[in-house]
Amino acid sequence: MEILILFLPLIASIISGFFGRYIGDRNSEIVTSALVSVSALLSIYVFYQVIVNQYEENIIIATWINSGSLDVNWSMLIDPLSAVMLVVVTTVSSLVHIYSIGYMSHDPHKPRFMAYLSLFTFAMLMLVTSDNFIQLFFGWEGVGLCSYFLIGFWFKKESANAAAIKAFVVNRVGDFGFALGIFLIFYLFGTVNYSEVFQQIPTVVDKDLSFLGLEVKSIDLVCLLLFIGAMGKSAQILLHTWLPDAMEGPTPVSALIHAATMVTAGVFLVVRCSPIYEYSPLILNLITIVGMTTAFFAATVALVQTDIKKIIAYSTCSQLGYMFFAAGVGAYNVAMFHLFTHAFFKALLFLGSGSVIHAFKDEQNINDMGGVWKKLPYTYALMVIGTLALTGFPFLSGFYSKDAIIEFAYLRGNTTGYYAAGIGIITAFLTSIYSWRLIFKTFHGDYNNKNIKIEETHESPLVMLVPLFILSIGAIFAGFLFKGLFIGHGGDNFFWAASIKFLEPLSTEHPPTWFLLLTPCLVLLSIPIAYYLFVKNKDLPNAIVSINKPLYNFLVNKWYFDELYEILFIKSLKKLGLFLWKFCDGTIIDGFGPDGISSFIKKCSLKASKFQSGFIYQYAFVMLLGFSALLTFLIVK
Amino acid sequence: MTEIGLGHYLTLGAVIFSIGVIGIFLNRKNIIVILMSIELILLAVNINLVSFSIFLGDLAGQVFTLFILTVAAAEAAIGLAIIVVYFRNSGTIRVEEIDKLKG
Repeated sequence: MEILILFLPLIASIISGFFGRYIGDRNSEIVTSALVSVSALLSIYVFYQVIVNQYEENIIIATWINSGSLDVNWSMLIDPLSAVMLVVVTTVSSLVHIYSIGYMSHDPHKPRFMAYLSLFTFAMLMLVTSDNFIQLFFGWEGVGLCSYFLIGFWFKKESANAAAIKAFVVNRVGDFGFALGIFLIFYLFGTVNYSEVFQQIPTVVDKDLSFLGLEVKSIDLVCLLLFIGAMGKSAQILLHTWLPDAMEGPTPVSALIHAATMVTAGVFLVVRCSPIYEYSPLILNLITIVGMTTAFFAATVALVQTDIKKIIAYSTCSQLGYMFFAAGVGAYNVAMFHLFTHAFFKALLFLGSGSVIHAFKDEQNINDMGGVWKKLPYTYALMVIGTLALTGFPFLSGFYSKDAIIEFAYLRGNTTGYYAAGIGIITAFLTSIYSWRLIFKTFHGDYNNKNIKIEETHESPLVMLVPLFILSIGAIFAGFLFKGLFIGHGGDNFFWAASIKFLEPLSTEHPPTWFLLLTPCLVLLSIPIAYYLFVKNKDLPNAIVSINKPLYNFLVNKWYFDELYEILFIKSLKKLGLFLWKFCDGTIIDGFGPDGISSFIKKCSLKASKFQSGFIYQYAFVMLLGFSALLTFLIVK
Repeated sequence: MTEIGLGHYLTLGAVIFSIGVIGIFLNRKNIIVILMSIELILLAVNINLVSFSIFLGDLAGQVFTLFILTVAAAEAAIGLAIIVVYFRNSGTIRVEEIDKLKG
């Protein structure tokens, strides 16, 4: 049954991808959605088994590599951690599949789209259920590949292709670190299977290693390299630039890959490797710093963006920052909890924004929307639920997970911890402001779109709304229901068992009451502020902008990261690439290699074919000459 | 008068053979001439066989000659048939126009 969870999406992908032409658009949509949904139901059952019966198993599917001491299996590791990921991935994926039937109804390439989605699901499942680093890497690259396919799905759009390539290339940077990390693990431990690696960790804690001429603790290096991989996949600051551009892909893709599942792979990796990270306080601090910087940075940028999807993309980036600093302060279970709730409300927000875009016939600029909340009542309600959950409105899912992150950061009790908690609170406030800005600008105020009349905007079909309803249930109740299970203050972290390691048990104290109340108050306060700024008194934001023009430009241009990279890396690397391509590859290798040899042979054979005059008597004469020469030779000899 | 010996016969054979060979190479006009030249070559061989057979007193050579004559007749028939068919197909049997093998 567990195997089915893994392979149903692959089968769906093969059917839709290779035979979509024969079975038709509608059938491939049904087949993929059905198979992935079955996989989701089975995952929920497995999750239930894990909760109730502490079901754990490592199913070996096949031997993959068996060479010397390197022993790698295709496997399916079911433990609390992977069970959570299974549920998140398959549930969101199946809902996105169903949603896509409605969203992509006007697209001519439906089977291809569905095949990519299912293939992505398969790769993601390979990633989360692996019991070793190599299969993890396989899934890691698999999701990267599918992400590339899906960002560039509308391949006729120049910008979509550019974004797809950007995502791929930026991820390569992270993957390079990740691959080095795996090599180093094999070098240190002689194995890449989690259980064996984690067992041997204490033996290498004090080992030093010479890296690039520096003496470093080997454990720090392993953690750093793995974290670089995680940064690339999870769009943390410095390697985040691909995520906003990835919004060129269709909206269901953004919801599935760039919000709920793939980008959380980095967080998953850090949590999965908690037995390693626990021994490296240095890198944990680094993770905290990177996480909170990302959270803050992305939130500030989201404040001024005008593209509805980019706002949510930066929001995702920011929430991933939260997860990382939760992991950085050692609260891995809280990071997973936020990952879990985030998947629901962020997928909800993305799919909701897809519904809005659909209603406005592919308009994405929030300045060209407004006043349509009566026309799109369901979408409006669902988006508000998503926003409430994201901002951490009391008793919705984001409230439990995000506040828990800030609490644990505070309870960590060291400088980075306090700092992270402070940044966390500020970011939560910013999150709330930009989220409500999105809602108010999209649904309230005056109708601003000149291209289509307000009467023409329409509510989305049921096939798109039903997945939204299901997700909204998750967004409302996931936090409340699973709080005790994931981060229960009972202290014994009963649920996670051995899948997450805590060197020291997490603090079970409670922060002071004023601290607990601070974030919810700010969040509540932000709603009227946002309403005043973006609906009542629209001149005020403009006035603020005109006073702080440099700051505004700084934010609108995303802290100038793209421009900086353009100058630092892209220009020179592009020149180098062009040189290697045009001169080294084109002129030298091709010139003297395949092209040169083939043209030489062509010239020779052209000359040789002149001998073939076609006159039999000439051939016969040559034969005679040869025969006489041979005969003479034989006689004389 | 000198006695006509083996050498004379062999010389005759060689001369006929050479005429045949040169006929093949130097002929530019008609493909039937090539066929005739081939006949000449075969006859030259026959003369050699017969004369050796007589001078060595071995009858096998003459028997073999008869076989060659039969085969030559068949070969001439087939060759002519091919030429007829070729003429039907391409409308010419002029040697310089038969260059389908040209590369």
